[in-house]
Amino acid sequence: MANLIAWIIRAVVFGTVVLYGSIGETITEKAGHLNLGTPGIMCIGGAFGFVGAYAYENSVSDPNAALCILIALSLGFISAMIAGLIYAFLTVSLLVNQNVVGLTMTIFGVGIGKFFGSYVIPEGAVSTKASFANSVFSAKLPFLSDLGFIGQTVFSYGFMMYLALIIAISVHIFMQKTRTGLNLRAIGENPATADAAGINVTKYKYLAIAIGSGITGLGGVYYILDYNSATWATAAGNAIESLAWLSVALVIFVRWNTAKAIWGSYLFGLCYWAYAFIPSILGISVNTDIAEILPYIVTIIVLIVGNIRSRKGHQGPAYLGMSYYREER
Amino acid sequence: MNKKEPLVRVMKRETIAGWKSWLFRAASIALALIVIAVFVFAIIGISPLNVYTLMWEGAFGNSIYFNDTLFFTAKLLCIAVALAPAFKMRFWNIGAEGQVLAGALATSLIMVYCSSLPAPLLYILMFVSAIVLSAIWGLIPAIFKAKWNVNETLFTLMMNYVAIQIVNYFYNKWRGAASALGKLNKGTKAGYLPTIFGSKEALMLLVVGVLTILMYLYLNKTKQGYEIAVVGESVNTAKYAGMDVKKVVVRTMLISGAVCGVCGFMTVAGQDHSISSASAGGYGFTSIIVAWLAKFNTMVMVLIALFVVFLEKGTNHITDAFAGFDDSASKIVIGIMLFFVIGCEFFINYKLSFFRFRKGEK
Repeated sequence: MANLIAWIIRAVVFGTVVLYGSIGETITEKAGHLNLGTPGIMCIGGAFGFVGAYAYENSVSDPNAALCILIALSLGFISAMIAGLIYAFLTVSLLVNQNVVGLTMTIFGVGIGKFFGSYVIPEGAVSTKASFANSVFSAKLPFLSDLGFIGQTVFSYGFMMYLALIIAISVHIFMQKTRTGLNLRAIGENPATADAAGINVTKYKYLAIAIGSGITGLGGVYYILDYNSATWATAAGNAIESLAWLSVALVIFVRWNTAKAIWGSYLFGLCYWAYAFIPSILGISVNTDIAEILPYIVTIIVLIVGNIRSRKGHQGPAYLGMSYYREER
Repeated sequence: MNKKEPLVRVMKRETIAGWKSWLFRAASIALALIVIAVFVFAIIGISPLNVYTLMWEGAFGNSIYFNDTLFFTAKLLCIAVALAPAFKMRFWNIGAEGQVLAGALATSLIMVYCSSLPAPLLYILMFVSAIVLSAIWGLIPAIFKAKWNVNETLFTLMMNYVAIQIVNYFYNKWRGAASALGKLNKGTKAGYLPTIFGSKEALMLLVVGVLTILMYLYLNKTKQGYEIAVVGESVNTAKYAGMDVKKVVVRTMLISGAVCGVCGFMTVAGQDHSISSASAGGYGFTSIIVAWLAKFNTMVMVLIALFVVFLEKGTNHITDAFAGFDDSASKIVIGIMLFFVIGCEFFINYKLSFFRFRKGEK
């Protein structure tokens, strides 16, 4: 039982990082833009959120929890948003191929993230920790988190895990129930028609990419300040990169539905952490390196099954990946 | 004049003079070099002149640096050449990283487990198995793409991680209790490619040079190359012309994967004599942009690959000289350069017309 609880907790924490990236990517893809720069953007968000929190707690003698959260989240969000705007400028305004810009953003963003994240590592050390930020970001609910199985698996997380749930559900409602959400989806389905209907395509695309990137950036902040115990090591950038690629895959896995992405991301988490818990439950031993292939194999299988069984209305936005040039419609 | 007329209008260019398009590219590179200089100056405070002198030194300064630059240029070029047919067909193969690793892994496996074979047989076995495994790595997503139209971007991407984990498995297995793997077959040096002309890099350059020319001819002068171009332009046109699109997709990815395998083989057998999950070193991604910028022309790729590696090695040299300049800086520098160069394509393809100029015309 203790094993099972520990497994679920690891899975949810892992899944939350993927969930943030996947919500951000879904918003971007709904506007018709496949952003393969997600790993770079998440890395930038994580690095700047961490550096902000680290600088804050090391510059004042009595750090304030609310201010620490505000600084980390806003720096993470804004820095990721700026990276998103670079992507948006190149793909929306300059009509450059989205995959090429995205991959460049990944190279650039992982570089920026690792560079500035490592900038605060003291000379000679390989990692550094923002202890206060960690205590704030991983603070659990009192009382509730002690209440047996439910308490431990549902209430024992830092606040950003719940924030992810709220964002995921709000984005889903926004997409399905509001006019603005409908407009955004219309752009992804057919930008020329949306344009003819009087929707400002460029404005929507910029906003969707910027906000989506910002949310992706929050995933990086969560990864560093909670999942990774507010420790920035030189390898942190690579870890964020592989998680962010999973979040791009999750978008297809759950068919562009951010509410379904919640359980999808936890499923990824269960797969990823299976190697640490399943063998001991079954009493067998499995090699860690081989077991860690599981989430990628699952993603591939889901891609295949999803495609073979795909029904109408469950595919992605029709104009995903295509630039919209008004005079060519 | 209509009040709602936008301030800037974008118009597609019918044609553009060759010199003009190169002028745009030169301007974008110059701009990027300025931004890079400002970036380096802001971090460590050395003058732009110093930045580029150091970079030049790091890439071409002495024979060790120079050989290194040549080798990595050949490596990057090799992967870009491998990707050219896939991308020309609009098959988004972002799994080159995994395909190279698959080749590297097959080479290492043969090196470790068949090291007692006579040298010629060992080389042949290493080479063939590298090509076969890499081709399989490229083939799996291609078959699913051809048969069920499964999204190849994510499929190839996930295959990268599968390859990375398998490589990690063998890395840790062979490493045993040591902190790092070190060289394979340290004692016997079995499977180490011979040096030619007294240089470890020469064989790599030769192989990649030949591949670059062959791929150029394949894409531009053969029927199969033509089929790739048609499928890339329009799948429907290809079908209408009676081409077997599925066959073209699978065949092309087989070639793409196999050439990646050559890169993996050369990296392990010729240069590193070892393997790790970083054997491909991120070049699987950078090469995509190299291939795309060259518009799939393998001859142009030579220059672009050299330039990218120059930036990488140059920046790393600055890193070595200055504390506080992390080695991920080279990714930032390459990123800045690529943003400018790919952004510049817009100004080559489109023309801007400004409101106040248009007013005068009317």
